[in-house]
Amino acid sequence: MATPVLDKVEKESAASPYITVTFRIRRFNPEISDAVVWEDFAVEIDPKERVLDGLHKIKWDMDGTLTFRRSCAHGICGSDAMRINGKNRLACKTLIKDLNPEKPITIEPIKGLTVLKDLVVDMEPFFQAYRDVMPFLITKGNEPTRERKQSPEDRERYDDTTKCILCAACTSSCPVFWNDGQYFGPAAIVNAHRFIFDSRDEGGEQRLEILNDKDGVWRCRTTFNCTDACPRGIEITKAIQEVKRALITRRY
Amino acid sequence: MSSDTTSAIGPVEGAAYDVDNPAPYIEPPRKRTGRTPKSTRGNFEMAAWLFMRLSGVVLVVLVLGHLLIQLFLDGGVSKIGFAFVAGRWASPFWQVWDLLMLWLAMLHGANGLRTVINDYAERANTRLWLKGLLYTATVFTILLGTLVIFTFDPNIR
Ligand code: SF4
Ligand code: FES
Repeated sequence: MATPVLDKVEKESAASPYITVTFRIRRFNPEISDAVVWEDFAVEIDPKERVLDGLHKIKWDMDGTLTFRRSCAHGICGSDAMRINGKNRLACKTLIKDLNPEKPITIEPIKGLTVLKDLVVDMEPFFQAYRDVMPFLITKGNEPTRERKQSPEDRERYDDTTKCILCAACTSSCPVFWNDGQYFGPAAIVNAHRFIFDSRDEGGEQRLEILNDKDGVWRCRTTFNCTDACPRGIEITKAIQEVKRALITRRY
Repeated sequence: MSSDTTSAIGPVEGAAYDVDNPAPYIEPPRKRTGRTPKSTRGNFEMAAWLFMRLSGVVLVVLVLGHLLIQLFLDGGVSKIGFAFVAGRWASPFWQVWDLLMLWLAMLHGANGLRTVINDYAERANTRLWLKGLLYTATVFTILLGTLVIFTFDPNIR
């Protein structure tokens, strides 16, 4: 029994899964300089690990000043959206082997929001747009004594947009948002959609009026960047189009 | 341990700044805050969006028909001359066709460019000037075209 196990261990250590990957990270520290530098880190990593693991190795073993957000590390909290190889993704959901580890992996903060330090951006404008669409249930009349009932079909109507984790990957991939940051952005519209098409909610009219703004849904150019970026696979552009249709058909 | 620092944008020069002497604060270039002015122009953007869709559909018919008649049917380009235009504009049907095409194409194109300017011109002043230029050119072309269609005189020579 002992021999085969030993053999296996030896074979595995002979064929180590670890490879050396270059992480090219866009660094910015306002306490040191107002200039941005790209810094390369050579990291020993198993290609089946994630980009977030690589960032951890850098922060814990190489350079403790590297700053980035992460919390759950499992694609739930939405705090580690970043631009990896030019595309917005969650570092905790991106495997090294899916990225072509032969070349340096570039990591930047998401675009269109002010960079505070390294990969950390100021999310306030993003959340302000989210707050502006009133992302909470609005009802009139008396509260029911028990739960508010809803049929499975009615629930299905807005199922896709309930999956949002507010990571800002979509909004910060949108070229219209990059321009002046006044566009509500896909994430706010997705979360408005979640309530507009909820049969229990009665604030749909107000939300539609908010999105009828000049920086609302009409600034969407159907670029589909948001749909490509969303780590939850939400059909964002479709949701935006549904809001547009609701705006056009509600009165006429 | 960090190997080789490549600097795409420029290296950090000397340690001119430190914690006690921080780099100048970088103003956020734009910001959406609670005080961002609310809705300003009513339903104009919706009307513009709808107009783009509807005029686009109509223009497909008008422009393709126009190209077919001018370039392919009945002798193609070689038949076009003063007499041909004069003959066509003698009929109110073609006058209306061309007038509609002129107005829709100009407004459609102008609105498209307006959105391009809105999306890509970052400074308020640049926007103002580009849009000013755009609107002037649009109004000029539409008025001139309309004038020609209505006051066209086949016996001008
Ligand atoms: S819609 Fe998708 S990409 Fe946008 S914030 Fe939500 S989860 Fe992130
Ligand atoms: S760390 Fe929570 S989503 Fe990636």
